[in-house]
Parts: sequence; structure tokens; C-alpha cells
Amino acid sequence: MSGWGETVGRLAGGAATLLGLWGEPGAVHLAVLEGAPPLPLGGWGEGVARSAPPSPRPSPASGRGGVGVAGGATGATIRHLIRPCPDGHYPAISRVHPAALRLERTVRDLYGLDPIGLPDTRPWLAHGAHPTAYPFLPVEGADLHQVPVGPVHAGIIEPGHFRFTCDGETVVRLEQRLGYAHKGVEALLAGADLTVAARIAGRICGDSTVAYALAFARATEAACGAAPPPRAVWLRALAAELERLANHLGDVGGICNDAAFALMLAHCAVLREQVLRTASACFGHRLMMDAVVPGGMAVDLAEDGAARLGALVGDVRTRFARLVALYDGTASLQDRTVGTGIVTADLAARFGAGGYVGRASGRDFDARRSPGYPPYDRLAFDIPTRTEGDVNARVWIRIEEIKQSLRLVEQILDRLPSGPVRAALPEAAGEGIALVEGFRGDVLAWVRMDGDRVVRAHLRDPSWFQWPLLEAAAEGNIIADFPLCNKSFNCAYSGHDL
Amino acid sequence: MFRTLLSGLRSPLAEPPVADPELAALGAQLDAAARRRLGRGLSIRAVDAGSCNGCELELHALSNAFYDLERFGLRFVASPRHADVLMVTGPVTWHMREALVRTYAATPDPKWVVAVGDCGVGCGVFAASPACVGSVAQVVPVDLTIPGCPPTPARLLAGLLALLGG
Repeated sequence: MSGWGETVGRLAGGAATLLGLWGEPGAVHLAVLEGAPPLPLGGWGEGVARSAPPSPRPSPASGRGGVGVAGGATGATIRHLIRPCPDGHYPAISRVHPAALRLERTVRDLYGLDPIGLPDTRPWLAHGAHPTAYPFLPVEGADLHQVPVGPVHAGIIEPGHFRFTCDGETVVRLEQRLGYAHKGVEALLAGADLTVAARIAGRICGDSTVAYALAFARATEAACGAAPPPRAVWLRALAAELERLANHLGDVGGICNDAAFALMLAHCAVLREQVLRTASACFGHRLMMDAVVPGGMAVDLAEDGAARLGALVGDVRTRFARLVALYDGTASLQDRTVGTGIVTADLAARFGAGGYVGRASGRDFDARRSPGYPPYDRLAFDIPTRTEGDVNARVWIRIEEIKQSLRLVEQILDRLPSGPVRAALPEAAGEGIALVEGFRGDVLAWVRMDGDRVVRAHLRDPSWFQWPLLEAAAEGNIIADFPLCNKSFNCAYSGHDL
Repeated sequence: MFRTLLSGLRSPLAEPPVADPELAALGAQLDAAARRRLGRGLSIRAVDAGSCNGCELELHALSNAFYDLERFGLRFVASPRHADVLMVTGPVTWHMREALVRTYAATPDPKWVVAVGDCGVGCGVFAASPACVGSVAQVVPVDLTIPGCPPTPARLLAGLLALLGG
């Protein structure tokens, strides 16, 4: 635990970014990102893209002694600390760094470790015997009314509860209550056979199954000191970019649909379906579940895969360009998205929000570039950022990322090495940690291995640092714009609820 | 915008509208069965009782131009009070149990429940979890199961057809 206090101080001062906080019986873990690009105080202006990778730094990722860190050689580093709690408590980090609050409530719920001085002592993931009795924050005021929504929503979405307090149509406060999809993932992973654990890891968050499987596999490989064959590394990136494409296409359509512009959803859903069908033809599964496994890939690219993907990229690029023009040229649609659901750059930086939520609010961070992992160090791609932080900015980040993913798929197909796609993992005991960029943001995976069994593992969804910002973004907007704000975040429920 | 709208009218979005013959046959049977059984159509309410979101993505896909669920008289509705069918996904978590029971109670008779996906059918990889009650059938009566992780949209359509006894 050496350096714990100093690290917490750096978190509070903004010199480090919280990557994760999780527990095990008798100890609490903390992972932070050091040396991340600072907040762009002046901003880079609209839609400025920064090329990746940046100038390489000599120091590789550093970790606690004995922890293998799956990372590249550029930019930021991951620091992982373990603090034993023999008395069952530790000083709460959320006293000085609010982004840790829900994580600390969760560690208390799941492992009984008490954070001393916790600012909010209500349970978070544990609902207890009376799930309908939850002490929402008190509301006072003559003209205020409350609107409870969920956990069963009107659309086909995951379960969660939103408690709106409104003054007329204006949202004064949104309070979230999550945990409905809590499936005891960490308890299932503890002691599981590696093959079983990998299947569970790929089902923590179905829309990001490739990203989760990849994060888990990379953490496992770091723990064993193994490296997958080169072809597997490139195929993993191919699957990851297809997943990003499919999800971003679905989101752009979905956001516009929530502004009552169904035409965009109809067109984007067709493109998304084409991506999924191509993924199925290439890797044997529409969502590419269980394709990425510890040691490499479970499946090789189908024989006609490269030709199919080449055709897909050309088709999506042409048709999507027309849809972008449609979005850009429809004033009534932008009337809904511009200036709606603003996340300030300061909040995005303090919460270390990843993905489009962070990048739309000026946080220039992408795990593919920094800390970075192969093969992205050998691929050319831009990481778009904007500074407005509204729904419109989050749409544009996705639009730019779709273009970048198409570029990446082409490059990967061009340079795909031949050879085996899977190598046997050596049986070793150790710990590994990895950070992988999913479509939603950075997924953190930590695993402790013993032979072919997982002793304990933790996977942290990017939504942990995005959900709280949605509460902030909704404030002051009309309640009718909430679906629009929510879809522009598209946070994970299952991935968060573990 | 008008150019995009017009081009959509001139040529279908997903060409051909029903690319796969299996799907075409399914659709025709489904249509006939839905009419025979219900006169007009079938209203479906999706309930996520703890799914990983994989099944939800494929339920969504049923509405895209390739599958276009509504042409068979099937549609997703926003409230269980408007629904004939509940399509329930996920291993039922203890935290969603009450919500699922209440949603079932809010659905008017006659009603059918479809357990969707390996988790809904048999709890999937989460079977050993103390945080999960179990499969959907352990919480509400189930009329039909559609396995798969997640089931493809074509498989979901085939399942709905079986429900209608087509």
C-alpha cells in the first residue's frame, strides 16, 4: 500500500485520473492513470482531431511489483495499488474525489469494507430485501413534482430507475438508481476455470462483448507473461473496430430517433445490420461473442472475410456520407441536439469520463493511443475531440469515429499477418491489468491467476464515470429531452451492475 | 432531406426486402397465423430482467428494414397494459424479480410469456450466481422459449411463429 495516500492526493489534485476501485475480501484495490494528457484549458476548437500515436515516451507502463501491465510504450501509465484492510475499513477516497463515490459504495456492498467518512452511505448495487424502499434524496419546494421512471422502461432497454424532480417541465434534479441487472459477476469469476471465466467476461456487457473479452484476455496474458500470435493481435483489432462501427451506427440512428427523426434510424439500422451480418460471416457470430479468448482468437477470419469486409467498408462509407449530410443539413434536428445535455469539460476531466462522453467535452483520451496496445501503435487513426459537450458534440464524435474505424478496418485488412491465431497460455500464477478502448470508452480488466484458474477478477465499465455526468447533464433541460440526453450517453446497465 | 426520402421511396433500403428464403417463408406463415389467432396483430412488450443487453440488441434488430417486424402485424409497445406477449430476457436477478412479477400482473389476459435467450431459458453462464433467481419460468409462467446467445433475429421470428401455432 505504499504510495496510497500520495496517489489519492494526486487524484484529488487532478494530477492522476481514477481508473478503477474494487475490492476483495480484506483488501481494496485502486487503479489510476498517470501522465494522461492534461485538460485542454483553452480548448482546441471545434472538431480538432489529434493524430495518434503522439510522440513516444521512453517509460513503459509501470505497476505494482508482480503485476503485469498489458500496455504499450506510449503516453500514460497505469498504477495499481492494493491496500489491505485487516480491520475492514479504509479512509474513503470519495471525500476528496467524488468520482470514487459509487465505486466505494459498491465495494462496501459486495465485500463489506467500510470507507471511513463516506459522503453517501446508502447502498448502491445491493438492493436488499425491500427493493422498492430506497431513500432518494429529499426534495423541498412548493412547485416541485417528481416523475419516477423504470426499472421497466418504455423502449427495449436495460433496467434502471430514474427519479426526476421537476419544476414545470424543467428537470431540477435527476437521481439514478442502478443495480437491477446485478448478476454477481465477481463472485462467479472467483475460482472459475479460465475458459468459463472468459465466457462470463464476454457476457458482462453484451454490446461490448469484444471489448470485454479483449480486456479480459489481455489482463490474463499479462498475468501469465504470454503474448498472442501476431495474426490474433490484428484480428482482435478488426473485431473491435467492427463492434465500434455497429454500435456507433446504431447510436447515431437511435439519438436522431429520440429527436423524432425516424428516417435516420431506418437508414442507420440498415447499415448496422450489414455490419452484423458481415461480422457473422467473418467470425461466425453477429456480435462476435467468444471470438476473442485468452491466448488469441477462437476463430480465424473466414476465407472470404477480407473480400466481404472490403465491400462493406466501401458501401458503408458511401451511404453513411449521405446520412452525415442529412444530419448536418436538417436544422429541425439540430434544434434538438445543439445545446442540449451539456457536460462541462471540467466535470468530464474530474470524473475521467472516457469514450464519446469525455471526447465531446474536450478530454483527449483514448486507450488505443495511450497507454496504447498493439496493433494500434502501427495504425494511423485520428482521435476526434470537441469542446461543446452537448448531444450534438457526442453525435459528431461518433460520426468521426465511424470514419476512423472504416479507415482502421482497411489498414488491418491490408496488413493482416498470416500464421496461427491461438497459442496455449503458460500456467503461471500472477496478476495482470489491461485497459481496452470499447465503443463506449475504456474498459479496465484486472485478473489474478493461478494455473488455469481465475482466483479473482474485476472488470470496470466506462459507464461508472459517465452515469454521474448524465445526472449533471440533465439538470436544467426539459424532461422531454431526457431520452435524447440518455441515448447520447448510451451508458451500460449490465456492464455497470456487474 | 427530401432527396434521401425520395431515394428511399424509389428503391428499398435493404435490398431485397427479404433476402433470405427461410425468412420469407417464416414471414408468410407468421402473418397468416397472427391474423387467424388475433385478427389484427400481436403487441409485444420487452422486459429485460437482468440480461447483458445482447438479446436487446437482437430484439431491436427485428424492427430494422431487413426484418421489419411490423409488416407481420407484430409490434413492440411501450406498456405491459397494451401487450399480448411479454418477451423476457436475462437470468432473472433478485433485483428485477419484483419488477417482472408486477409487469406480468399489469399485462391483461389473454397473455403469453416468451423466455428469450439462453439466460432467459436456463440462466446461461449465470446459473451458479446467488444474485440470480434463475430462469424466467421460475418467476412467471412461460409459454415458449427461444434459446440462443443471443438468438438471431430470424430465430426470434421463428419463435414468435411457434407461439402463434402457425
